Amino acid sequence: MSNEKSVISATNLDLMFQTNDGPIHALKDVNLEINQGDFVSFIGPSGCGKTTFLRVMADLEQPTGGTVTVNGVSPEEARRSRAYGYVFQAAGLYPWRTIGGNIRLPLEIMGVPKAEQTERVKRVLELVDLAGFERKFPWQLSGGMQQRASIARALSFDADILLMDEPFGALDEIVRDHLNEQLLKLWARTEKTIAFVTHSIPEAVYLSTKIVVMSPRPGRITDVIESPLPKERPLDIRDTPEFLEIAHRVREGLRAGHQDE
Amino acid sequence: MKSVVPVLTVVAAIIGFWLLAVIPMNMHLVADQAQRDGLMVTPEAPADRQEVSGVGLALSNTHLIPLTYNFVRPRLPAPQQVAVELWKTTVEKKITSKRSLVYHGWVTLAPTLLGFVIGTGLGILLAVGIVYSRVMDRSVMPWAIVSQTIPILALAPMVIVVLGSMGIQGVFPKSLIAAYLSFFPVVVGMVKGLRSPDGMQLDLLRTYHASNTQGFWKLRLPASTPYLFASLKIGISASLVGTIVAELPTGAKAGFGARMLVGDQYGQPLVSWAALIAAAITAAALVGLFSLIERATLKRMGMAAS
Repeated sequence: MSNEKSVISATNLDLMFQTNDGPIHALKDVNLEINQGDFVSFIGPSGCGKTTFLRVMADLEQPTGGTVTVNGVSPEEARRSRAYGYVFQAAGLYPWRTIGGNIRLPLEIMGVPKAEQTERVKRVLELVDLAGFERKFPWQLSGGMQQRASIARALSFDADILLMDEPFGALDEIVRDHLNEQLLKLWARTEKTIAFVTHSIPEAVYLSTKIVVMSPRPGRITDVIESPLPKERPLDIRDTPEFLEIAHRVREGLRAGHQDE
Repeated sequence: MKSVVPVLTVVAAIIGFWLLAVIPMNMHLVADQAQRDGLMVTPEAPADRQEVSGVGLALSNTHLIPLTYNFVRPRLPAPQQVAVELWKTTVEKKITSKRSLVYHGWVTLAPTLLGFVIGTGLGILLAVGIVYSRVMDRSVMPWAIVSQTIPILALAPMVIVVLGSMGIQGVFPKSLIAAYLSFFPVVVGMVKGLRSPDGMQLDLLRTYHASNTQGFWKLRLPASTPYLFASLKIGISASLVGTIVAELPTGAKAGFGARMLVGDQYGQPLVSWAALIAAAITAAALVGLFSLIERATLKRMGMAAS
């Protein structure tokens, strides 16, 4: 298990969006601790605020109440000090840059010296199993490979926190299984703290040390499940009773959230 | 190369229509001349012929139809007459001759290119300002649109005359008109291009804590490249039109516009038409050149549209 140093902490977090159809309560009274080395999944139906919560941690959305700290400071300060890497739903690689060039993008922006850029690009490409694809353009790669390249891009500047917003949502089941397995290995090797948004129950249970179940209108946390599964997880762990039991509890949590309406 | 067949088909259709139109357009003139030459023409009285349409006259005088294709001062010259005139005034004339279309072409091309460079530069600068400044977005864009609603035919002579009275003549006044027409498509295209990165791509840069300058050079500018080329192709042909318009009403002695006017005023339609076709060919060549540059650039950038 992870040690108990808190990395992300949310207290009484509240967020209202003002829209033309009136205010939307995206997050209500959210409290959560994410410890160093945790793999935390956020699961829930659309509109439950899981992505919004992740964006608040990344300083891409401003809460209207409560506090969030990332590495003990405000999300804005954490962003300014490049404390996290963010992986979006789509790979969003620049079509005019090669895979290597895309991974170099944050390094260029952060002013990393040229020689070190080259070395880091090589290292993260190996980490996501894309060694040898440095000079390819994004369109020459499959969707799964593009998403891996975008993960490499988020890893390249060595932030301790990885925020991932449904990174595998658009991929098919088989590719997704493969990437989940790789992501776990990568997490074990890099010892990063990962916050991962998903709407797949098996994905959440397979990956996480902690599963946060959320429900919509207003977006809130209905259950937090500490996973008893071991850190080492082969894909067929998904057929064990322990796994199915956690999956069941997540499903129950999601159903309970739905019945509140 | 796939576009060769469709393009040739359209060209053939235009020439076919042109060939058909030559007959009724020139029929009255041909009939008058034929009568003077002692040929039989129905109806015989010139006044009666004025009552008949070109098509009707052609149908009652089918033997005169071949003459419409070879009339000396036709209302509408036949394609081959224009082709011969083009050949004579480009290949067979020395380019230093005042009657060489190559000479006149250069007189028009130089201000076109200068105006295009000015217009494009101005267009890009304005677009950057509009994208990055709310004030400019609100103030410049409406004026840019209004500027294009002023008839250039009315504006061009005023500009030329005013600048002429200040002693500014030659290439620059014409360039100004060319720039005036070419900056607009560049502004519109570049604003769209610089704004083309979606929210996710902008958020990504935000997570890197990238500055506005970095966002411009690394994201917005490269993302706008395809839009820029679309604008450049419209801009260069607009530039050429602007230069020709600037030559038309101002008594210019050289240039495509001057040739068109001279042909019109001295009853030499072939001169006008040769200048017109030469201008069209020049425009096509310029647009084609930018298409080639576009293809090479996008290919190098890895963005080649398949």
